[in-house]
Amino acid sequence: MLQVSGVSVSLGDTPAVHSVTFDVPEGTTLAVLGPSGSGKTTLLRVIAGLQLPDDGRIVLDGVDITNVAPHRRGVGLMFQDHVLFPHRDVAGNVGFGLAAAGESRAETRRRVAELLELVGLPGIEKRDVRTLSGGEQQRVALARALAPEPRALLLDEPLGALDGPLRERLLADLRSLFAQLRLTVVSVTHNVEEAFSLGHEVAVMRLGRCVQTAGPDELWRSPADAWVARFLGMRNVIERDGRARIVRPEAVRIEAGDGAVVVSAERRGPVVRLRVRLDDGTELETEATALDHPLPGDRVGVSVDPAGVVDAPSWQDHGP
Amino acid sequence: MALSHKVRGRLAYWLAALVPLAFLGLFFAYPLATILKRGLGESVPTDVWFDRGTLQIAWFTVWQAAVSTVLTLAVGLPLAWATARLAFRGRGLVRALVVVPFVLPTVVVATAFLALLPPSLQQGVVPILLAHVFFNVAVVVRVVGGYWSRLDPRLWDAAATLGASPAQRLRQLTLPALRPALAAASALTFLFCFTSFGVVVILGGPRYATLEVDIYNLATQAFDLRAAAALSLLQLAAVTAVVVVASVLEGRAGARMPLASELAATHRPTRRERTALTAILGGAALLFGLPLAALVRQSFATPTGAGLSFYRALGHETPTLLVPPWRAIQYSLLYSTAATAIALTVGVLAAIAIDSARRGAGGGLDTAVMLPLGASAVMLGYGFVISFDTSPLDFRDTWWIVPVVQSLVAVPFVVRILVPALRAIDPRLREAAAVLGAPPSRVRREVDVPLLLRPLGVAGGLAFAISLGEFGATVFLARSDRPTLPVAIYRFLERPGATNQGTAAALCVVLMAVTALSVAAADRLTARAGSL
Repeated sequence: MLQVSGVSVSLGDTPAVHSVTFDVPEGTTLAVLGPSGSGKTTLLRVIAGLQLPDDGRIVLDGVDITNVAPHRRGVGLMFQDHVLFPHRDVAGNVGFGLAAAGESRAETRRRVAELLELVGLPGIEKRDVRTLSGGEQQRVALARALAPEPRALLLDEPLGALDGPLRERLLADLRSLFAQLRLTVVSVTHNVEEAFSLGHEVAVMRLGRCVQTAGPDELWRSPADAWVARFLGMRNVIERDGRARIVRPEAVRIEAGDGAVVVSAERRGPVVRLRVRLDDGTELETEATALDHPLPGDRVGVSVDPAGVVDAPSWQDHGP
Repeated sequence: MALSHKVRGRLAYWLAALVPLAFLGLFFAYPLATILKRGLGESVPTDVWFDRGTLQIAWFTVWQAAVSTVLTLAVGLPLAWATARLAFRGRGLVRALVVVPFVLPTVVVATAFLALLPPSLQQGVVPILLAHVFFNVAVVVRVVGGYWSRLDPRLWDAAATLGASPAQRLRQLTLPALRPALAAASALTFLFCFTSFGVVVILGGPRYATLEVDIYNLATQAFDLRAAAALSLLQLAAVTAVVVVASVLEGRAGARMPLASELAATHRPTRRERTALTAILGGAALLFGLPLAALVRQSFATPTGAGLSFYRALGHETPTLLVPPWRAIQYSLLYSTAATAIALTVGVLAAIAIDSARRGAGGGLDTAVMLPLGASAVMLGYGFVISFDTSPLDFRDTWWIVPVVQSLVAVPFVVRILVPALRAIDPRLREAAAVLGAPPSRVRREVDVPLLLRPLGVAGGLAFAISLGEFGATVFLARSDRPTLPVAIYRFLERPGATNQGTAAALCVVLMAVTALSVAAADRLTARAGSL
């Protein structure tokens, strides 16, 4: 169990992380989601011990580790863009932590082989890390971070540099690996899909504060405020006088009839994003999956499922 | 018909390369070849090489250089770390100040240690090692520190989160990561100490001599030119071996480390790091400050209490020199100005040729220009003595032979500063000027020259300082009635007595001031141009 309570850090004069609190139960993954500059990476550096917090405590398995040096914490960190040691081969990278812990050479070799097998890259011990592809580097970095058997694993934008099908596959691999090893994980990302896919819980960060922590479904069901809703990708956010009415896209149903006009229809992969203007001037977005979808200019009827409508503040501050 | 673009380019390269090549051929290769011929003349001088005395001197030369290098690394690395990794006020100033000892004349530094140390320690191994550390810390801080500050600090974070203790990080990450820079800095320091002359001739006393000092003694006191030539050959072979080993070591360390911007590389020191920083900066201030302070003190410590009499004595006739000592200031300034002009002319042409040549040819010229750094100053001076004494190459009585030999030592530094500066000019700037209709000559005048003013100023200041302090070659060639400051200082030190020591100290203070002023002036003159 990893507990972060009231952690604040300032870099220079600007506060980077402000009074962040969350628990990550043993064997679960917390995804920290936020735009760049929201303090995610700084938060990870604090948990790893690379940066001392101005305030707050980090407790791992009941032991306060706030002031423990990084090499004695038992917290692993996988860096954004991996930071492999270029002067060592793959085995030298993966075995770095084992050698530091004083493992014998034979045991190190055995564990390195085992870990490479685990991340799906068996037999590449002698490869020069600079010749690895982005996906391979990511897997080697993961094996390296897992080698010393950390009690908590931190990931900084684990799939940051990758895209397309490779990203999908690695995401699935990570998820099953974390479940298999029953790892306690904090994974930081700016990508909503990645956060929803990896995290049992998702913590949304904005300007150094944790705005909302909830499971993916709960987060989608009731975003804390208009900003969170927009960041999650919701388009139907109507703000008035500091309050917001959020209509989730799946609550908007297009049917035959009248009362609205289709403004645009764009295909986005498997779905078609439809934008309609109600006759009272309100614009709403929804998605259609049918090949045979309405076209711009068509008159359509629109019904809104009241269960899909959330009222929230425009901006919710979780002060101390 | 107009020459094609390409042909004109090749022609410009050869014209630019011709002057440096001719200069190096006449004033570097020819004197060295003469030594070679003299040394190998009738027989291979194995008797000199395997003489017990020679072996002893060679052994001392090697081990004092090795120990000096290790000590310099030990002192320089903490300073390199602090300036590369810690963000603190005055960091830029510290990085600028560590270079000052490097441009100080060897004679001045040696005299400063004489003034600092108690008589029992004044001559021997200890002051030699101390003086070598004093000079070369700058090399370690600039070469290693510069490299260090560009390495991604997250590598160390990664090692820490993998469980590596600070000691393990030093051994398994810091040292391997810095290997190319460590190899380069060690090789340079070792070479400078291996061919050290001014320091050893003053601080070594009668018992300790390096090959360089022995060559000087053989040539000027024993008049055994054959033995001197034989030792020169031995030294040349040793220097070549060191250069080859170093470049192999540097090449093998090939793993390119990921680079970070300099801003990300430094962090605000933690409390423990602040304590370390204070200790490191304090230690450096003592190492650099104490000898120079002792030197200044000695120059005022007349037998009758603090006073200016040593400085007043600079204006009077003395039995030590054929001219009043103040004339040495005049000659030094004259020679150094001429040497700077020669070094800049040759260096600029060489740099242009190296920059505009295709890879192979440029590399050859680059190596040729760097060679004088490897050959020792004493060998060069000695080579001049035996090469230019017969018609039509009888230059020994001309005044300009001194600046020529001084400029040879300065040219490698000028080229090393200018080539990267030329390469750093974004080619798109030239292309932009050309597209806007500027002919090549105008591109050079309006793009290259303004952008190069600052490096030119730095190179000129350094060349002037090096020429001012040059001792090993000048001591062979400066006529007794036209001494330079370092030569005059040495003549005073050679003679016993507090007055001679005090006068030497006063001359040292003058020389130090002139050196500092020239470097500062070059900096000031070009600072505004550099902000372009």
